[in-house]
Amino acid sequence: MTDSKYFTTNKKGEIFELKAELNNEKKEKRKEAVKKVIAAMTVGKDVSSLFPDVVNCMQTDNLELKKLVYLYLMNYAKSQPDMAIMAVNSFVKDCEDPNPLIRALAVRTMGCIRVDKITEYLCEPLRKCLKDEDPYVRKTAAVCVAKLHDINAQMVEDQGFLDSLRDLIADSNPMVVANAVAALSEISESHPNSNLLDLNPQNINKLLTALNECTEWGQIFILDCLSNYNPKDDREAQSICERVTPRLSHANSAVVLSAVKVLMKFLELLPKDSDYYNMLLKKLAPPLVTLLSGEPEVQYVKRPEILKQEIKVFFVKYNDPIYVKLEKLDIMIRLASQANIAQVLAELKEYATEVDVDFVRKAVRAIGRCAIKVEQSAERCVSTLLDLIQTKVNYVVQEAIVVIRDIFRKYPNKYESIIATLCENLDSLDEPDARAAMIWIVGEYAERIDNADELLESFLEGFHDESTQLFLKKPSETQELVQQVLSLATQDSDNPDLRDRGYIYWRLLSTDPVTAKEVVLSEKPLISEETDLIEPTLLDELSATLVLWPLCIIASQCFVKEVHGIHRDSPVGTTTATNLEQPQVIPSQGDLLGDLLNLDLGPPVNVPQVSSMQMGAVDLLGGGLGYPAVGQSFIPSSVPATFVPSPTPAVISSGLNDLFELSTGIVKAKALQHMTDFAIQFNKNSFGVIPSTPLAIHTPLMPNQSIDVSLPLNTLGPVMKMEPLNNLQVAVKNNIDVFYFSCLIPLNVLFVEDGKMEHIPNENELQFQIKECHLNADTVSSKLQNNNVYTIAKRNVEGQDMLYQSLKLTNGIWILAELRMQPGNPNYTLSLKCRAPEVSQYIYQVYDSILKN
Amino acid sequence: MIHSLFLINCSGDIFLEKHWKSVVSQSVCDYFFEAQEKAADVENVPPVISTPHHYLISIYRDKLFFVSVIQTEVPPLFVIEFLHRVADTFQDYFGECSEAAIKDNVVIVYELLEEMLDNGFPLATESNILKELIKPPTILRSVVNSITGSSNVGDTLPTGQLSNIPWRRAGVKYTNNEAYFDVVEEIDAIIDKSGSTVFAEIQGVIDACIKLSGMPDLSLSFMNPRLLDDVSFHPCIRFKRWESERVLSFIPPDGNFRLISYRVSSQNLVAIPVYVKHSISFKENSSCGRFDITIGPKQNMGKTIEGITVTVHMPKVVLNMNLTPTQGSYTFDPVTKVLTWDVGKITPQKLPSLKGLVNLQSGAPKPEENPSLNIQFKIQQLAISGLKVNRLDMYGEKYKPFKGVKYVTKAGKFQVYY
Repeated sequence: MTDSKYFTTNKKGEIFELKAELNNEKKEKRKEAVKKVIAAMTVGKDVSSLFPDVVNCMQTDNLELKKLVYLYLMNYAKSQPDMAIMAVNSFVKDCEDPNPLIRALAVRTMGCIRVDKITEYLCEPLRKCLKDEDPYVRKTAAVCVAKLHDINAQMVEDQGFLDSLRDLIADSNPMVVANAVAALSEISESHPNSNLLDLNPQNINKLLTALNECTEWGQIFILDCLSNYNPKDDREAQSICERVTPRLSHANSAVVLSAVKVLMKFLELLPKDSDYYNMLLKKLAPPLVTLLSGEPEVQYVKRPEILKQEIKVFFVKYNDPIYVKLEKLDIMIRLASQANIAQVLAELKEYATEVDVDFVRKAVRAIGRCAIKVEQSAERCVSTLLDLIQTKVNYVVQEAIVVIRDIFRKYPNKYESIIATLCENLDSLDEPDARAAMIWIVGEYAERIDNADELLESFLEGFHDESTQLFLKKPSETQELVQQVLSLATQDSDNPDLRDRGYIYWRLLSTDPVTAKEVVLSEKPLISEETDLIEPTLLDELSATLVLWPLCIIASQCFVKEVHGIHRDSPVGTTTATNLEQPQVIPSQGDLLGDLLNLDLGPPVNVPQVSSMQMGAVDLLGGGLGYPAVGQSFIPSSVPATFVPSPTPAVISSGLNDLFELSTGIVKAKALQHMTDFAIQFNKNSFGVIPSTPLAIHTPLMPNQSIDVSLPLNTLGPVMKMEPLNNLQVAVKNNIDVFYFSCLIPLNVLFVEDGKMEHIPNENELQFQIKECHLNADTVSSKLQNNNVYTIAKRNVEGQDMLYQSLKLTNGIWILAELRMQPGNPNYTLSLKCRAPEVSQYIYQVYDSILKN
Repeated sequence: MIHSLFLINCSGDIFLEKHWKSVVSQSVCDYFFEAQEKAADVENVPPVISTPHHYLISIYRDKLFFVSVIQTEVPPLFVIEFLHRVADTFQDYFGECSEAAIKDNVVIVYELLEEMLDNGFPLATESNILKELIKPPTILRSVVNSITGSSNVGDTLPTGQLSNIPWRRAGVKYTNNEAYFDVVEEIDAIIDKSGSTVFAEIQGVIDACIKLSGMPDLSLSFMNPRLLDDVSFHPCIRFKRWESERVLSFIPPDGNFRLISYRVSSQNLVAIPVYVKHSISFKENSSCGRFDITIGPKQNMGKTIEGITVTVHMPKVVLNMNLTPTQGSYTFDPVTKVLTWDVGKITPQKLPSLKGLVNLQSGAPKPEENPSLNIQFKIQQLAISGLKVNRLDMYGEKYKPFKGVKYVTKAGKFQVYY
């Protein structure tokens, strides 16, 4: 006897049969028939023609039958408005029924019948029910007001239902309060300006009382409503927080989240240094993490506000659904900081070897984002990426190259050493993104790549205008190539943007290569990290939008547009020739647009005394970005003063750890005017040497006067490999100009004190034989590496492979090992050297088992 | 709030729809189907889909999709939580939450949905209240109903609905008064190649089965309540009491319910009861490789580890595996590339291992992706966090109840990297 039988009547006269049954004398038969009708309705069959017959069954004292008929009415009243009127009388009558269940049911159903004529009749019963003695009826009526408002807002206002609803907020029953709040919230959504929910401290108090007693869903309504309230001072905020905090331990995740929402908002109002603030922060983290362990859907909605310490929770598990995986990655990046970056990177690298291509790509990108976000980690990120490139998995390599391009943009001239590796992988690139990235890299670092033109030639079929950059750096060799590219761009390309861009490059090149150089090679806007811009209010937002990635694309598009705009504005180039004879001021970056306009249209600007050097100066001081042009203009040509001698560091006492002194020698001014406002800045250098305090020359330096200054330095600055390695470029600024110097740091000042390694007497050396082992040197060293035995050097002596390795025990004992392998001989010779020779025996056993496992 | 609900089965048929406001056409589900097609796996369908006019929020439970249609901005968790509650209720009423069960009881389903949500606002989701309003179907009742003509709809207002303890109905009566608690802990962990723990935490719950007459007031205390610093409670628990005395004091709902769930995350408290030694190697230019895996007990507090299953997702190029287990049995599904090894119990004298050859597609390059291992296990009579119930006291009623506590530890998402 199950309901499925109702689905089975699929014969022709089904409706007719039902009609007959609905009019059956027996109540039982009628009920069965209504059930069949409902069943048909649920699967979307049209049974509206039975309307009058079903309504006839309404007059009954059987509650179940009544409910079923009501169900039917809700669905079909709209299509049969005239018929629905027939039901009104019994509704009105039911609203007076002694049983509160029936009263509530009638009010509820009437609200669901979306027919204007019926709603008119609804007003009176509803008014009564809002004041009903039974809270169950009152709370149903409260919801009904919201329904009615949806159908006919004007009428609800005219009839004063909104006021009655507001009165219900003060109701004695918490459930009624909750429903009233829910109804008012919904109504106020359609009236964004009206202040329906008049939140004042008295009301808030009532809500907070109700909060403790109502159902979980009611709690959500109240909490959401509270989050719209603006407390008048921090004390009120705190008292609300205190009363909301227990909700964090609720089993219903939605309650917890709503509570978090309220707390997050009010947290802003609390004084940041108070104990309560910190305690609250601590309390917020664990519930959010707990939610994470729930159903995957629940995890998806999580947001990382306060989870700085909990990053491990976000490590992806293999069987997480893909959307959770992606979201977790996103969160991990957002939480990444200097403290946990090592962990994160190790995890990300692990992900990059997963099966799912999309996920892998995303993981690789994530590494790049880490590099950009946490500057200190960039180095590590790059090496991780390189490892990934070594895997030679096509899509990983491509993604990695795109990412490296971005890193190059953020930290120019820092990691060129890896370019060679990148070039090795040129052939495998087949995606436009990766190719473009590679071309960009090649172009940007053309001076450092010997065969750049060859490389680019191979890209020609996948033409891209970035290759013009190359020309600007190696004009003589590549002119022909560029012409080919540009003619390709201007003639064959269907993309107007590209064509315009091609034209403008061409004209620039043919008229004045120097200016062109400035334009094209001008600094790319730095990629910034945008993840933190996402506001905490996103808590509610339905899906996460990933903003960062398109950023560099947007940036380059901006560039295109700028150039493009200029092209439009410029009357085809007759004025250019005359203008170009004048020296032009070209700021180092930023205002490209104005600049180009100057070039093409503006009146000639005469600023003769400013050389291109100055531009470099701005650059160096404004962040030391290592722009290639800077290097060339290091020797001031026409300056009003010279420094004697140039600041060669004298002998330097090896100070405490990383702090040492650099005496700048004597600063002697030969200028004709006095000098003030001294400042000093170091370019990035191989050892990260930077001044640890500002240059302190307080008195004006008079002509021919000399002063001694000593400047403490440290090695915490940004690192960039210099040529020669110990080269240090220094800029000194004063009221007159900026002056550039370059000097060599004597390397001994950089030696550290703990560089001593203990001496091990030769008699401690022991030799062992590892028998029957068929591995090559590389597998051996990687196997051992996994067990924290590190290969320091590998040599090939007379056909034998020699591995030199080191390992360290937890108690600080160092062991040095030499492993000799002869090709074709499965027996290896292991020599171990250690201060405590008794350890050697055991090390040998470990070696043996690791290698044979 | 919640506008409509569609129930969809795995083959994509909408077999039930319910609207709480105006009717939303079935065609809105097309957006859902589109998303479903995009997602390779049913579990990968995004739970929130936005369409031009609506949001679709869905959950996947027991091979059914519960798709709700939302018109205004609501906290998605609210809807997700509610949908899970709907599925729980079906489970509770019909014993299973399946298409057949729902179709068999379509009228009850409709009545339930109508009772649970009004105008999109959740109304009553406590199973105790619902059961007073709408009686669950039993064979006896349907027979009685069809003879006597009585109905399965209660005609009085449920007593608990408006009281301060909405989760418990009045007038509960049992001949045997019993209270049982199950402490269930799951270890979620990620172990790296070298066997060290990357991440580990314990997700614990205490499920209760309370069959006590009248209005009993219980308090449950622990030997070491300090373990529980991140807890979420059933609404019946008096929060103040817990804050001040670390005692769970509550008037329980009738029947089965989850009393608390908690999380222990500090690494040093999470013991890892098993270790795995594994290796997989492929020879260059050869179509086979060696596979070897051994599993053994670690910090198991002297209890037996049982029900061990190891699942390995092998690389795509693996054609077949030819292995010998020292214990248990293994299967390899060549389509999904999943190796499942059903180990059973660990006896420390002889550690179970699984060794053999892996056959790759001929000519395919050495696989570059690393398989990862998922492990399932179970330890009876042990809560791995060390949580122990001290005593259970009952006030408010005179009789002496029968009390019992059971502990079990399981692997949750327990994963080992290669």
